[in-house]
Amino acid sequence: MQPLYELTIHELNGLLKKKEIKSVDITKSYIDRIKKIDPVINSYLSIDPERAMDDAKMADTVIEKTSDGDFPELTGIPLSIKDIYLMKDTKTTCASKILENFNSPYDSTVIKKLKENNFVFLGKTNMDEFAMGSSTENSAFKITKNPWDTSRVPGGSSGGSAAGVSAGLCAGSFGTDTGGSIRQPASLCGVVGLKPTYGIISRYGIIAFSSSLDQAGPIAKDVLDCAILLKSVAGYDKNDHTSRKFEIKDYPELVRKAGKSIIKGLKIGFPVEFFSEGLEKDVYKKIMDVKELFKDLGAQTIDISLPDTSYSIAAYYVIATSEASSNLERYDGIRYGYRFIDDKNKTGDLNELFVNSRTKGFGKEVKRRIMLGTFALSAGYYDAYYKKASLVRKLIIKNYKDAFNKVDMIAGPTSPTAAFLIGEKMIDPLSMYLSDIYTISINLAYLPAMSIPVGITGENSSSASKLPVGMQIIAPWLAEDKMLCVAKVIEDTVGFAEKYKPPLHESFFDEGKGRTADMADRSANIK
Amino acid sequence: MEYIDDSFEAVIGLEVHTQLLTRTKMFCSCSNKFGQKPNSLVCPVCLALPGSLPVINEGAVKLAVKAALALNLNINKKSLFARKNYFYPDLPKGYQISQYHDPISSNGFLIININGTDKKIRINRLHIEEDAGKLIHAGDKSYVDLNRAGTPLVEIVSEPDLRSAQEAVSYLKELRDILVYLEVSDGNMEEGSFRCDANVSVRKGGTGKLGTRTEVKNVNSFKFVERAIEYEINRQISAIINGGYVMQETRLFDSKTGKTESMRSKEEAHDYRYFEEPDLPPLILSDEFVENIRNSFSEADLPSVKRKKYIKEYSLTPPDAEVLTQDRKVAYFFEKCIEINKSKGFNINEKQIANWIINDLLFYFRNSAFISKFLKNALKSPHGIDIFKDRFTVISSPPRPNLMYDAENIGELIEAAGPSAYSYLPDIFKVDNRENEKKIITKTIMSPENFLKLILEVEKGSINKNTGKEILGDMLLPAPGKEISKGMLLPYKTVEEIIKKNNLAQVSDEKSIEVLIKDVFEENPKELNDLISGKDKLTGFFIGEVMKKTKGKANPKTVNELLRKYIASYKRTGGN
Repeated sequence: MQPLYELTIHELNGLLKKKEIKSVDITKSYIDRIKKIDPVINSYLSIDPERAMDDAKMADTVIEKTSDGDFPELTGIPLSIKDIYLMKDTKTTCASKILENFNSPYDSTVIKKLKENNFVFLGKTNMDEFAMGSSTENSAFKITKNPWDTSRVPGGSSGGSAAGVSAGLCAGSFGTDTGGSIRQPASLCGVVGLKPTYGIISRYGIIAFSSSLDQAGPIAKDVLDCAILLKSVAGYDKNDHTSRKFEIKDYPELVRKAGKSIIKGLKIGFPVEFFSEGLEKDVYKKIMDVKELFKDLGAQTIDISLPDTSYSIAAYYVIATSEASSNLERYDGIRYGYRFIDDKNKTGDLNELFVNSRTKGFGKEVKRRIMLGTFALSAGYYDAYYKKASLVRKLIIKNYKDAFNKVDMIAGPTSPTAAFLIGEKMIDPLSMYLSDIYTISINLAYLPAMSIPVGITGENSSSASKLPVGMQIIAPWLAEDKMLCVAKVIEDTVGFAEKYKPPLHESFFDEGKGRTADMADRSANIK
Repeated sequence: MEYIDDSFEAVIGLEVHTQLLTRTKMFCSCSNKFGQKPNSLVCPVCLALPGSLPVINEGAVKLAVKAALALNLNINKKSLFARKNYFYPDLPKGYQISQYHDPISSNGFLIININGTDKKIRINRLHIEEDAGKLIHAGDKSYVDLNRAGTPLVEIVSEPDLRSAQEAVSYLKELRDILVYLEVSDGNMEEGSFRCDANVSVRKGGTGKLGTRTEVKNVNSFKFVERAIEYEINRQISAIINGGYVMQETRLFDSKTGKTESMRSKEEAHDYRYFEEPDLPPLILSDEFVENIRNSFSEADLPSVKRKKYIKEYSLTPPDAEVLTQDRKVAYFFEKCIEINKSKGFNINEKQIANWIINDLLFYFRNSAFISKFLKNALKSPHGIDIFKDRFTVISSPPRPNLMYDAENIGELIEAAGPSAYSYLPDIFKVDNRENEKKIITKTIMSPENFLKLILEVEKGSINKNTGKEILGDMLLPAPGKEISKGMLLPYKTVEEIIKKNNLAQVSDEKSIEVLIKDVFEENPKELNDLISGKDKLTGFFIGEVMKKTKGKANPKTVNELLRKYIASYKRTGGN
């Protein structure tokens, strides 16, 4: 029998329904796996096995009590949570020194909903500090490794979540996506990640990076799991004024029913701007393979243009950093979080307290973005930067509106490259920013999009790295249902999960043997 | 006032911040209350914990629209919230949520009356924002109290249409009256719920160009507003006539010295980096929403309208009308009295009622001996402490949480509160606002009807005026030791009860007065002889002696008549 940690949520739910297993069995399987694998992958910032077992026992009691398996699909399912979600009585650090010892006094809405479903909480996952980054290397605490090649990054900022799902360290996870932070790591780790329409999952209790771009979303082993996770947390929240009232569809049910026939006659747009320079050859090939597949399934593939895509990075970095510079002002060392007090030069100067606490509490990339945003909002520059960026944002929204007048769905690569080496882009922030080039315009346009694995690089070479390639599907506002169904058909047709597995699954780490030492060396070399 | 140089003209604009009387804060559901234990009214939102988000308080929006309509402002159906960014320990988010471009209302005006002439003062805008917390400095430490953080505010910005400190004060008073009457604000300047910054500049009279302005902060009473502006005008004029110039800067008024001091120059001014608040969508108001608010109050509720009515219909003098309308509750009490006076056929002159309220009733509210007695009585009631605890925390500033609320330290507390003690008195008149129908709940400590009965007794001559005033004091006092129910004021006594109990009825019956007069004559034979021999001045002495014997209860008119009768007969009979 397959180990439990390899199963999907819907498979585990099936077994729980049939009472063949208990949540404590699943949870134990994950805890063992975490203990064995995570010291190398570093997907978690904190784990709480005792609490997880308590959650599992509680879930088992609930399952026991309900007849006919009529309990939520997440009941008894062990999940990990990006360390950006507040959860009562857990540390929430946002991978920043400034919140190193911050204990959440309240539950975010997402966590509240998950608790209502009696999920099992495994732990908090690593990320780029304050979700700023595309490799999880900006974490103040640890570097997460890509399970497909531990010398490489898992992507970011939800890198811990994606690596964890990929390595079987959780059944699913919740991340956040401000410019690609769910989709890009999902793509780099060969799992499914979904960024919903802005406003359909409450942001309440999720540490803000850029309020108008941030959106929570699931990372999962397959499309159906993604649908289950999405449904369990979506919905209007009175605590979030930007959340919207909309009809929550039965995503899992729709996905289960989705057959190849739904593709027939669909118009799928492929933006020419997403296939320009910088796109890795193998990634290009894999996306083209899917394009052919769409055709085979009876879809009409149309080359479209999103003419203002080239401005999206600039607009994004002005808007996101501006909002971040303001959102991060609350970390001032006064009420909570890190406070620097220089005992030797105690002057009691207020400004010094602010400046020192923030200088020493924030990491390099966070400070870079705070400075960028502060500059962009400054008197005399507002019109040239923030205001202009807001206009570009409107243009980009119009680009997509025009496109969706012609096509039903848009597809392309999620990331221009497969997973890159640890350290490779840290010296050049711009090249790092470019790894989100295909994802950020979606956030600017408030659209839903997801990444599904569609192939592997270096297939015809024995030496090249075998790394997953993700395809991005972009849908009109609130069309998560259709997007998930299309993704499901592609997933079934490609059969990625059946064909490929990260090498971790091949007992490399059993009994602490294998490549652990080797890999430590390799990452050392990179520095 | 006189300026150093009369050829100059002052140009003044006021920025007024006032807290809104909402139940909860602007962006969270914490209680909006003054004088509570520090940091007891806080939640993740107003503490700015990571992940928390603001939610607009509809009640605050309603009050803002109400104020805007009363100030003749245009309501903008779509308005935007913005962040004003700066670091300070009392500002937990590191930014204040305010409105910058696209406020909720703009372009209004207010009519003020200067020496009998109406003047229109234009109002640029009224917008919604939130208050910051408070810093309390003690020794070398500073403490942060975030109870006030997130309190709803409106900022009302006038155009520079004011030309003197007096005009500025008159604008402020009118504005405050309106806001208090509409129950938008409690208008309390001492507690800081109604605050003002003044933009002042001067120019040679007749020139159209504006001079460089300074912003004067920390003017938290009408008196200070006047003094600060006058000082600033003269400072600017003297700078100019001495060949200098006025720098654009923010200045702080020091109430001790009566001077303004430079706080920060234009160069040092904050760059607030305003931008649209991304956590809040645009605020869209429907026509229906605005119209419902427009219909919820009438012009007749405004103090200026009431004043005009009092002068015209009840022949009150303008100063009297002013006093009666200063406090909404007093005005409603007066109106209720007028109403009952008519319906019960008491036929007391309206002016007389006004005089009783102004000279006698309000006398007690400003009399610290009375307030002290009032509070002592109240505290002796079984639940008195619960009701007045909050008020005492306020009075003892800085708050002393361990303070024992007993009758012993009341005096100390009242002293600490100074002239504002009155505002901590429990409502003598409760105004019921249900269903937009403003009315005095008659079951307060003293009903308007009882008040009128007292006036009637004095008019009838059954008690004299002084006794009447004393009785009024008793009528206003809570009965010690009696149960207080639900914050409701305490059992009251009727005029009849007090008169009966204290045997205060005027002694008018001639027989007993005659007996007393004879007693007095016997006790003072020398004075009597002098009187008979023509020293008429001594009549007053004898009247006084008789009054003394009746403890003031004798009807002076009767005493006077009888005395004169007796003296006349003595003169005739030569003392026999």
